[in-house]
Amino acid sequence: MTDQASIHSPIDPAPAGEPLLALRGIGKSFPGVRALHDVDLDVHAGEVHALMGENGAGKSTLMKVVSGVYQPDAGYILLDGEPVSFHHPREAQERGINIIHQEFNLLPDRTVAQNIFLGREPKKGWLVDARAMDEETQKLLDYLGAGRSISPRTLVGRLSVAQQQTVEIAKALSFQSRIVVMDEPTASLASAEVDALFERVRALQETGIAFVYISHRLDEIRKITQRLTVLKDGELVGTGLTSDFSTAQIVSMMVGRELSDYYPPYGDPATFGEPVLTIDGGGNDEIRDIDLAIRAGEIVGIAGLEGSGRTELARAIFGVDPFTRGEMSLQGAVVRFGHPRQAIGAGIGFLSEDRKSEGLVLNASILDNTLLAVRSVVGRSRAGSSRSAVANEARRVDLRASGLHQETRFLSGGNQQKVVLMKWLSTGSRLFIFDEPTRGIDVGAKAGIHELMRNLANAGAAILMISSELPEVIGMSDRIVVMRRRTFAGELPAGSSEDAIMAMAAQTDEVVA
Amino acid sequence: MSADAMIPVVERRFDESRGRQMLRPLVAAAPVFVVLFGLFIWITIENPNFTNPNVFFIFMRRAAPLMVLAAGQLFVIVSGEFDLSMGALATLTVILAASWIDGDPGRTWWVIAALLLIGALVGLANGLITTLLGVPSFITTLGMLLILDGFALWWSGGTPKGSLPDNFRMWGRTSMQDVPLIGQLPYSVIVMWAVGILCAWLLHFTSFGKQVFATGGNPRAAFFSGVHVPRVRTFCFVISALTGVLAGVLLGGFSGVSPDAGGGYEFRAISAVVLGGAVLGGGRGAVIPAMAGALALEALFTLLNLLGLPNPIRDVFQGVIIIGALGIVAFRERKTRE
Amino acid sequence: MSVAVPASLRTRSIRDRLEAAGLFQIYGVLLLVVIVTWGLILASGGNINVTNTLVRSVALGIVAVGQTYVILGGSLDLSVAYQVSVTAVVASIVMDGRVDRMWLAVIVVLALGALIGLVNGVIVTKFHINAFIATLGTSLIIKGALNATVNNYAGAVPREFRKLGYGAILGVPVSVLLLLAVVAIGWFILRYTRFGHHLYAVGASEETARLSGVRSDRVLILAHVLCSVTAVLTGLFIVSRLSAGAPWVGTDGNYDLESIAAVVLGGTALMGGRGGVLGTFAGVLILALLDNAFNQLQVNPLLKDVVRGVIIIAAVAAYTIRQRGRVP
Repeated sequence: MTDQASIHSPIDPAPAGEPLLALRGIGKSFPGVRALHDVDLDVHAGEVHALMGENGAGKSTLMKVVSGVYQPDAGYILLDGEPVSFHHPREAQERGINIIHQEFNLLPDRTVAQNIFLGREPKKGWLVDARAMDEETQKLLDYLGAGRSISPRTLVGRLSVAQQQTVEIAKALSFQSRIVVMDEPTASLASAEVDALFERVRALQETGIAFVYISHRLDEIRKITQRLTVLKDGELVGTGLTSDFSTAQIVSMMVGRELSDYYPPYGDPATFGEPVLTIDGGGNDEIRDIDLAIRAGEIVGIAGLEGSGRTELARAIFGVDPFTRGEMSLQGAVVRFGHPRQAIGAGIGFLSEDRKSEGLVLNASILDNTLLAVRSVVGRSRAGSSRSAVANEARRVDLRASGLHQETRFLSGGNQQKVVLMKWLSTGSRLFIFDEPTRGIDVGAKAGIHELMRNLANAGAAILMISSELPEVIGMSDRIVVMRRRTFAGELPAGSSEDAIMAMAAQTDEVVA
Repeated sequence: MSADAMIPVVERRFDESRGRQMLRPLVAAAPVFVVLFGLFIWITIENPNFTNPNVFFIFMRRAAPLMVLAAGQLFVIVSGEFDLSMGALATLTVILAASWIDGDPGRTWWVIAALLLIGALVGLANGLITTLLGVPSFITTLGMLLILDGFALWWSGGTPKGSLPDNFRMWGRTSMQDVPLIGQLPYSVIVMWAVGILCAWLLHFTSFGKQVFATGGNPRAAFFSGVHVPRVRTFCFVISALTGVLAGVLLGGFSGVSPDAGGGYEFRAISAVVLGGAVLGGGRGAVIPAMAGALALEALFTLLNLLGLPNPIRDVFQGVIIIGALGIVAFRERKTRE
Repeated sequence: MSVAVPASLRTRSIRDRLEAAGLFQIYGVLLLVVIVTWGLILASGGNINVTNTLVRSVALGIVAVGQTYVILGGSLDLSVAYQVSVTAVVASIVMDGRVDRMWLAVIVVLALGALIGLVNGVIVTKFHINAFIATLGTSLIIKGALNATVNNYAGAVPREFRKLGYGAILGVPVSVLLLLAVVAIGWFILRYTRFGHHLYAVGASEETARLSGVRSDRVLILAHVLCSVTAVLTGLFIVSRLSAGAPWVGTDGNYDLESIAAVVLGGTALMGGRGGVLGTFAGVLILALLDNAFNQLQVNPLLKDVVRGVIIIAAVAAYTIRQRGRVP
């Protein structure tokens, strides 16, 4: 609800002269994937520059190139007009480029001072000068206004997330940073902490430090950034003054594909059956006030920003972090799951967003992965557990592999997802929870997954789909539920616009014509 | 370019025969069989008597306890843990058996039953401490090793009491007679086969076994697939403890009662399992190769004896082999990752 | 300009300091053990001999300091027991009863120990072999080499060398001074050298350490070398209390598993990155006090191991029980 007038007046967003950092024609590829292609970026001293794009658009790859984790395959980097090339993050740091990752790079069992000076501890003769280290750290903390709340000798593990972030910023400053990249800095912060962060950023801006601010949150982008750059599918889509773009334009640059991608037709509400899953006032430590009903044959899409609680909802339903308040019913009967076993036995299947660590045992075969849940929960006697049944399922999902004994780590992302799906087909699931169903799957295979999902629904299953890809949410969902700050923000009908969804998810009131 | 197209074979052989399916893990562990075969050949060259059933069976009697232990340790290692207490449990078995049976053959069976029960409890304790209290299994079983060893020492007062009657010792010591074709067959070999078949069936052909592999391969994914990870791990500890007791029975028969009967066996069992292709982090391994690894180790010791190399050298060899075997495994892992 | 004194410059009470160093608990336990054991001993009419207890801690204490280093770095050394034995035997042989050979013997065993540590470190870091297996392997190699060459007392220790084992300066046994010196130096290195700081980082997260420019391989190799050096010192101490070295002294003392136990008891995490030498020192003292109590109270010495085992498990459980998550 804030308008553009913020607490401090914005820095002049178009300073004259050369950019502090200029990237030209940057390209980077990995086996089978072209992450970046011909990307340009200009960052001026003293500005906060937003870097936006969907997941997989290439933002973090680009920043890893800038910070020295990767070397570009093409293009060059100019710092103060001179070409540079970094072979180790430490080199970039010493030239003043620092990146603060979403998952902080801090050692919880070491003190603030020890973390900041890791690898370059100040010395007095041969020995580490602990006193100097503490004093320098205190100065940095004072500079950031945190000198009284954080002591250099506190163990980092004892600090709150916001305080740890301050430590990361102090670390960046200690390198005489001129460019600080922040990756989703506000994902785990409360709003008061976000304000405190922004104040710090503005104060540091005034000293000439530039920030690259990676985020999805449009309201924050408006508050704190002067210019923005949007990437899509590894390419530059647009760049310019933040104030020159409307929300609609930004969103359309980010997601830009027309719905020319094929999506299967929506389900017909008249054919939807009884509610398979009903949640009434559900909540736990992570989420609250969840009221939801999903009917047989329906695909319900859950949209929302990172940190809005979508995965937590899935985990609550599946029994990983169960609900502690409210009531959940499965096909009419009230249930309480304390362990995924119970959810699986009751007919729920969960395809996690982190397929490789939560969905598959990578060095086990397709067959063993498929039958793991059946064997563990139901035992061998289940009909669907014979090898020929699995072979049929593999054909049904159009699995491309050299045989049921191939180890799943050799499969492509799309095929790995199919194996996970086969697992839940084998247990006879009635409710499927998909978390980012097509993440890490190339475009060609995505359509296959979507078709499978719709077929499942048409055959009577209920599907809950969590996705950060707006076209997917819009293309697949018979109903869209939006989450915001750990609870439901509202519901939208099938085929709603990206803007409407983003507006509800990001809490801006802009309604676009 | 679709990543799917990168998979060279698009023919979908989903209906592979059962036989081929069973052969796979054995084929993967081929190196240990090659080594074993090579060792047997070499031993025979040094001592042509080796092919004589009498001589061969003496060798098998000596090897049987370690093979049994390897089978049990395999379960624990595949589930991603360690059991350092099995040797001490074997020792304790011998000591308690001698003391409780005290030469009275009538007591043999219920004492063995009681010992198996104790073993199960030890395994249960190992499992619960590791899963409920979160103590790393290395430490848990290390502590248990000290407890069991200490208990055995205390109970025997330094010099073991009692004696073992023939119907106990026969398992480790004697052979079944009048067996068609070969004449005699050591009971310990029969026990070893029984344990091997049972364990192989349990690990490779039951749902429980699949859960063990999943628990070691990716405990998180196993959890999300409904596996009760703590329960599975605990059960593996129980299995390894039971093999510890069985090995103790065999050892008591073969080498008699001594306060150090099972000393060092846990490390040898771990080496055997690793030789057989199991991965120390969990998720990979097979029963028959593990037991073959144990057999290979014993064959190696026998060979070193035959070559006139003093006992200590065999330790050197064991050390080099362990490091070498692991180096190869680590090397292969990294190659497949690249 | 604030009037309030920043947190870091406020004087911190002893409790704050210990707490911050994570030592509060273990020294609390130590105090408890002291009270209980001494109480029981006095009650049963026995004597308390502090010096005795300290001397009993020397052998394990010195090698436990070295083990602390490797465990902090996320590694392990199972070969220390045989390193102790080898040191005792080699030193004794080199000295051969001659005073003029004492220093030569010390140099030889230190060089040998450093070499073993180097080999351990290289196998673990460059060949990426699990430390448990790697050091198990080297321990077997050392065992083999040792047993192949000696199977009884070998060499001779000159009288003068026994000063290390039995001598005293101003009433304090030399050996205890050695232990205190090793603990102090061990602590100092961890706190005041870059190597020490880097060792903690490598144990906590090798990746983070590497990204910060730390050369993790070198750090770990050095840790293994230092561990071997402490094993050598323990070996020298032990042989100074005998007339000749024997190949069983290392295994008799169970120095491999016991040193790991003392380290873990003292609060150093088995995974590395957390803990320190002072905690290990407390762990060693606790084990020594219990030993002493057992002797004085005439508890069956054979039960000692049982109690040891229970303590180790309970101690680690107490530390890890707080960090349990639900999802594996």
